[in-house]
Amino acid sequence: MSPGEAILSRAATLRSEFGAELSDHVAESFFTEASAITRDTVQREGERGRMTLDRTIDRVLTSRALGFPVMFLMLWGVFWITIAGANYPSSLLAWLTMDVIHSWLHTAADAILLPAWLSGFLLDGVYLAMAWVLSVMLPPMAIFFPLFTLLEDLGYLPRVAFNLDRLFKWSGAHGKQVLSMMMGYGCNAAGIVSTRIIDSPRERLIAILTNNFSICNGRWPTLILIGTIFLGASAPAGMATLIASASVVFTCILGIIFTLLVSAILSRTWLRGQASTFSLELPPYRPPRILQTLWTSLIDRTLIVLWRALVMAAPAGAVIWLTSNIEIGDTSIAGHLVNLLGPLGWLMGLNGVILLAYVVAIPANEIIIPTILMLTLTLSITDPSLTGMASAGVMVEFEEGTIQRVLSLGGWTMLTAINLMLFCLLHNPCSTTILTIWKETRSLRWTAVATLMPLALGGIVCTATATIARLMGWV
Amino acid sequence: MSANPEIHSSVSLRSCEKCPLHNAANLRRLGVNTVGFDHVVALLGNPNTGKSTVFNALTGLRQHVGNWTGKTVARAEGAFHHRGRTFKLVDLPGAYSLFSSSHHEEIARDFVLFGQPDVTVVVVDATRLERNLVLVLQALEITDRVVVALNLMDEARRHAIEIDVRALSRRLGIPVVPMAARQGEGIPDLLRAIEEIVSGAFVPHPRQVNHQSESLERALSDLVPQIEAEFPHLPNARWVALRLLDGDHSIIQAIREGTLGNVDQMERRAMPSLNRPGLIEET
Amino acid sequence: MSAMTLDQLPQGKVAVVQSLTIQGELRRRLMDLGFVPGAQVEVEMRNPLGDPRAFRVMGSVVALRREQAAGITIALSEESR
Ligand SMILES: Nc1nc2c(ncn2[C@@H]2O[C@H](COP(=O)(O)OP(=O)(O)OP(=O)(O)O)[C@@H](O)[C@H]2O)c(=O)[nH]1
Ligand SMILES: [Mg+2]
Repeated sequence: MSPGEAILSRAATLRSEFGAELSDHVAESFFTEASAITRDTVQREGERGRMTLDRTIDRVLTSRALGFPVMFLMLWGVFWITIAGANYPSSLLAWLTMDVIHSWLHTAADAILLPAWLSGFLLDGVYLAMAWVLSVMLPPMAIFFPLFTLLEDLGYLPRVAFNLDRLFKWSGAHGKQVLSMMMGYGCNAAGIVSTRIIDSPRERLIAILTNNFSICNGRWPTLILIGTIFLGASAPAGMATLIASASVVFTCILGIIFTLLVSAILSRTWLRGQASTFSLELPPYRPPRILQTLWTSLIDRTLIVLWRALVMAAPAGAVIWLTSNIEIGDTSIAGHLVNLLGPLGWLMGLNGVILLAYVVAIPANEIIIPTILMLTLTLSITDPSLTGMASAGVMVEFEEGTIQRVLSLGGWTMLTAINLMLFCLLHNPCSTTILTIWKETRSLRWTAVATLMPLALGGIVCTATATIARLMGWV
Repeated sequence: MSANPEIHSSVSLRSCEKCPLHNAANLRRLGVNTVGFDHVVALLGNPNTGKSTVFNALTGLRQHVGNWTGKTVARAEGAFHHRGRTFKLVDLPGAYSLFSSSHHEEIARDFVLFGQPDVTVVVVDATRLERNLVLVLQALEITDRVVVALNLMDEARRHAIEIDVRALSRRLGIPVVPMAARQGEGIPDLLRAIEEIVSGAFVPHPRQVNHQSESLERALSDLVPQIEAEFPHLPNARWVALRLLDGDHSIIQAIREGTLGNVDQMERRAMPSLNRPGLIEET
Repeated sequence: MSAMTLDQLPQGKVAVVQSLTIQGELRRRLMDLGFVPGAQVEVEMRNPLGDPRAFRVMGSVVALRREQAAGITIALSEESR
């Protein structure tokens, strides 16, 4: 017997001699001592009043009647502020980057006798893609992220976890899965890493596989934008922002429903097991420091996400420009691809351009909308009604519904918009997240499941909505 | 990475001590550059007590912070320079106790136990002192070189909780530094306390909990020498013995595999693998 | 003193933890969170759907599902009867 084993067997003997009381006794003696010290050094006389206030707030936020409505209203309010606030800065940025600077750059390019193909590639490809990302994504992010961080610092997220736990218990998931879901609302890769707080491998896998149903920083702007320009714009005036934000909230809630359903199915089939325990500390409310929060969320989230999007947008813009300007036969490569993907797109209530955009945007979800817009625009150059827009002064009157006009000319309907929102929720995770899943699971099989399962769901759900909408004659 | 004066621009300037300039004069944040350090400082504490906030303030890094438990799930390292000494600072996942069996808590425990930090700073929540002190007392069973960072003092004041800091420090036998890390309050005092411990200017006389059990002591005196003989470099055989008497699986495993005391190897073990063919069938 | 388990504690009453009938890892966890014999507990709030409930113990608020709470034996303290 090795010395290690000798120690272990001796310890085992002693342990059986003492029984369980020993460890309890040790644990308790720490508490006894801590209580004694606290009694002598802490005065909590004045505390009662404050605590009663916190408790009252908590009881309202988790009450039977108000718990869920307040959660819903809170989310709705956040998106309402985001959409209402992002409108004007977005059009300003678009005008600045795509009209003023873009035509200025073209003039400069002509002045230095840059060949047309090169200035086209650089300015209409790479630059425009980055300009789209900047004007479409920066304003909503700069409003949404700080608001979300404020809720996080206040201590509201664990209350949400507390409110939702009953549903998670039903789905057979671990109580702490809600917390990794919350992390996922920032970034799915971070959400996947945070599943480490879940001890049981079975439940941790469920949490990893469903994390993609939490809409991440890269996807919020897409939803916000589509919600604004389609669902919002179709609503009666004055209701536009309310409807737009409601559509985003609805998508988010749908994500939670999918999390619950998929968890329930997994925990009843491949990952069968007992619903395990739940013990969650609810932190006290701490008033956030507004300015500091604004600053850190600007640096830590907004700029990081924006930077990533810009870096991804540049090559995507190049690819878009090249594929739409190199012709095979008398159609561009992009045109061929769009035609190829067209039937599948139609089946899913989307179109070939959207599917192609999702292929181009596999590295990062952030650039979906810019890619779609650019593809739609460049492919419509032949369309006489759009030639004005696709040339130098691209997006002049952003706020007058230009994007919507572009998209309607690209054949978009309300169904396309709704299904794009659904597909945005339900498709493969971005490349970073896939890599993280692989690192955490070290299993090709589970990585593949985590990647393909949401995509398959997206296909099914979109096809189903499209079919129903067509059968009912809505579109 | 450079210091971020903007972050501290809203710090109140009531006294020079709290002034970021005074602070920055002695503190140089070194970000992730941890090569060539003189001392290792570990940040231990219950979840959500502000460890990562302290970490960020000292290193200039940006660990995720937020008001809920379990944000930090792995060890994070950074460095800072203070009055001629370079420190490696280790942010640990929140742990309710050093007994625990959940794997991210094990990461915290294993580092304090086997990573041999020169100073362990236990960050405690001043508004929830009683439960937080349990962890301090447990840490004192492992090492003498402990500093208590009594954080969230602004919250304690807001809730009208009064703490006799000197009495607390006397009772525990170690330095206790009142702080409000988010505001940068108390950071210079924390640095000073750390410095005093590494320089030997302050010799802690920590309070050890009396378990008041003769049979326990007998069992310990039986096991401890055996452990010391087998693992001579182990800083705290008594704690390992206590854990063995409690049947701690990860410690038993580490002894069996001979990895006891090797933080990195133990950490790798702590994460249950998700890539086991048996996972589905077994569950 | 009437013995009951924590899941039966009515809102507004204060009780003292007597013992833990739960075994294993969870027992350890509950003790770490402050549910040790002698600790005072009260109901802080309940989930809109009734379960879990959150308890105030050792100055902090901890949410437990009914099954876990049932593993903690308590006695109503004098003042609350
Ligand atoms: N009011 C106040 N809030 C603070 C202070 N220090 C930290 N916080 C806040 O407390 C919350 C928790 O801080 P973290 O640094 O994330 O805590 P942690 O100990 O690293 O938490 P885990 O990694 O989950 O264990 C954050 O919302 C911080 O902004 C302080 O001194 N005063
Ligand atoms: Mg942390």
